[in-house]
Amino acid sequence: MKKTILIVDDDMDYLYQLKLKIERFGFEVVTADSQHEGEQVIATFKPDLAIFDLMMENEDSGFVLSYKMKKKYPDVPVILATAVTAETGMSFDLSEESNHQWIKADLFLDKGIRGDQLEKEIKKLLKI
Amino acid sequence: MATLKILVVDDEPGIRSGVTRILRNFKVDYPFMDEMYDFEITEAATGEEAIEQIDREQPDIVLLDNKLPGIQGVTVLEDIRNKKYDIFVVMITSYASLELAIKVTHDGAVDFIPKPFTPQELKSSLETITKQIYLKRMARKMKHEGKQIRFQFLSVLSHELKAPLNAVEGYLNMVKERQLGTNLNDYNDLIDRSLKRLHGMRNLILDLLDLTKIESGVPSQRPINTDLVEIARNAIDTMMPFAIQKEVTVNLDAPEKLVLMFDADEIEIIFNNLISNAIKYNHQGGTVDITLQHDDHQTMISVKDTGIGISQEDQERLFKDFVRIKNTQTKNITGSGLGLSIVKKVVELNQGRITVESQPGQGSTFNVWLPAPQAKDGKPLSATSNTTSQS
Repeated sequence: MKKTILIVDDDMDYLYQLKLKIERFGFEVVTADSQHEGEQVIATFKPDLAIFDLMMENEDSGFVLSYKMKKKYPDVPVILATAVTAETGMSFDLSEESNHQWIKADLFLDKGIRGDQLEKEIKKLLKI
Repeated sequence: MATLKILVVDDEPGIRSGVTRILRNFKVDYPFMDEMYDFEITEAATGEEAIEQIDREQPDIVLLDNKLPGIQGVTVLEDIRNKKYDIFVVMITSYASLELAIKVTHDGAVDFIPKPFTPQELKSSLETITKQIYLKRMARKMKHEGKQIRFQFLSVLSHELKAPLNAVEGYLNMVKERQLGTNLNDYNDLIDRSLKRLHGMRNLILDLLDLTKIESGVPSQRPINTDLVEIARNAIDTMMPFAIQKEVTVNLDAPEKLVLMFDADEIEIIFNNLISNAIKYNHQGGTVDITLQHDDHQTMISVKDTGIGISQEDQERLFKDFVRIKNTQTKNITGSGLGLSIVKKVVELNQGRITVESQPGQGSTFNVWLPAPQAKDGKPLSATSNTTSQS
């Protein structure tokens, strides 16, 4: 059976593109376009893996979602996708970002990641 | 070589000596730093002892265990915050509940190190913190030297510019790989979306230019006799296609003419932003009422809409750079998040003030007061009275 991946992102273009990309890897995709909608999905549905955008309605939407996800389904791997990397030395809010380092997502990914790399990371997390 | 002072607070002597041993020869160096950092370590076994040492030594970094024999780590943290010390606090803790994490994060802890930790975990945490201390000091230094380099602004800006680029790049790659097949018509939506994102990006850049102009300061202001009513009408005309699309009625209640000494570009910025927001965040078929009033002392511009409104909480953040109120009602509306912050800056540059009154679901009113500048003959220059209305 196909594995299902939940993507939550408030950039409709990114959401659409990522959905197509991941479907081409051979997965089912469920999408939500806000933290709020993401929470509703999680309440009733268990995906095999989740990819959350970091900044949506709130600066830390992605952290909140991954916390809720891990609480309900500790075994579901979570990827946090961010557009700003700490490596540039110009993360969007230095104090915020480090504030939240204690929340453990399984993986932080740059949104600009290439398709083949993304596929590899997802399959690694799903152990396939 | 610069040295950062670290205070290790833990009741277990093993942890204290371990940290000291790990960091004794540890140095942090990043290519962008102009010098290397090493560390000088002092120890405290209790919270009480820690507070005393912090007062005396003013360390740069405190590694703080939460579970201490007397007062707890969080109390030490509170004390540091209350005294407004500029100290980076890292909590070392074997078990962090979310509640504790939130509490200490709120009180200014910048990082967590789980206990037990590996030397590498400690080192990488200190690398991050050293980088932050360096950047913070650089920022302060640059500010001190009058260089207005704003790290946060630039980083959010890079985020805002990167998002549309990613979107458009993604779509172009889809076209390149013919992901939707060979029929060009199947790509129409994707082309429209790309154009929309590019359009948004262009607006952001235009806003940035406005902002640069304002931030470069007063010398660029060129007050001339400016008819505010004419500028308001032009702004309405510019937005009209957009208003028609959303079936929004725009009313102007103003004197025939209102000629005052202002920088015309700045007045235009105020009207353009307020009116376009009033249309953008309106309901289909809504109304925008623009009022211009003046007396000898001041001019009042009011832009009232019947749109989605802004919650009390959001109103407080509204005028800051890059604040876009994100909720389900605004998610499909594009904007740079700079418009209102620019308006506020322009208004303040003219010694005026701006306020917002709003009820979610009912609409918002933005009021701008500008003190009337005196014309060359010492009187406020205005031709008045004939109130007209245009829709």
